[in-house]
Amino acid sequence: MKPELFDQAALTLPALPRDAGGPVFRAPWEAQAFAMTLALHERGAFSWSEWGEALSEAIAEAGRAGDADTGEHYYRHWLTALERIAARKGLVTESLLRQRRDEWEVAARRTPHGQPIHL
Amino acid sequence: MSHDSPHEGDLHDHDQARGHDRSQGGSELSEMDARVRALESLLVEKGYVDPAALDILIETYETKVGPHNGARVVAKAWVDADFRARLLHDATEAIASLGYTGRQGEHMVALENTARVHNMVVCTLCSCYPWSVLGLPPIWYKSAPYRSRAVIDPHGVLRDFDVMLADGVELRVWDSTAEIRYLVLPMRPAGTEGWSEEELASLVTRDSMIGTGLPKSADTRHVA
Repeated sequence: MKPELFDQAALTLPALPRDAGGPVFRAPWEAQAFAMTLALHERGAFSWSEWGEALSEAIAEAGRAGDADTGEHYYRHWLTALERIAARKGLVTESLLRQRRDEWEVAARRTPHGQPIHL
Repeated sequence: MSHDSPHEGDLHDHDQARGHDRSQGGSELSEMDARVRALESLLVEKGYVDPAALDILIETYETKVGPHNGARVVAKAWVDADFRARLLHDATEAIASLGYTGRQGEHMVALENTARVHNMVVCTLCSCYPWSVLGLPPIWYKSAPYRSRAVIDPHGVLRDFDVMLADGVELRVWDSTAEIRYLVLPMRPAGTEGWSEEELASLVTRDSMIGTGLPKSADTRHVA
């Protein structure tokens, strides 16, 4: 892992929840969303300024819908921004995302508790 | 999002044979978990991200789910006998009394390590992993080989993590059910008499709370 990647992200995204050692996450999915964003940026899918715009847009939109912007839902907005920028860049489509999400939920329900969930 | 309804015609109950409680049927994913998996699986399929690279990124931060609430629970139990008794009697209540609650009111059980018994928890695979207390699950923990080895050869798994149990210590392996999540209460390290809760908490690692590690020793004390 290149620390400078995170430093760039932190520079562009001052609100990123972090402590002295780097970003902090409250759930595994938050770390996954974060890692996907770094990986996509690294391969040039979008620039940090594009990402910053997408994220601010998602946060502002949630604010208009009544989200208090306490940081509580930071990664929820982050994921919304990531889904959108991925669609905008033609990497995925919204309908594929919806369909795939349903498939995961079905897969989870048929997977016995304690076993890895596969599609 | 409920584990309550049994799955009719569910043919995936092979693990019953190992004596684990599988009566609750399937797994569940939170809405956010399902969304992340959807995006990730599509990006991986199309070759836009490499799953191995993602794992490396996540591994870098896996100990960074903060704050480590579980460490504070353990440290308090080490210094406060009443709290310890409450934790062992009703961990859900004791943990909630410190302000740490899970999302679905899951039932927590604390497993006490003693000079005679070492506990190890194996299931961290779905949303039942109590990350609000334990932090992000380690990547290695999700792998099927690890999981089956933990059941078949738990001593071998512990050795891989450099945990050597003294002769005669009984190793108990616990597999979370849909409704019960476990927190291992490790033994307080020697030489920590008079330490503050905060100093003690700095010795409590995630792995020591799932039983694949021991707390750090007293000489790694953080000077606060």
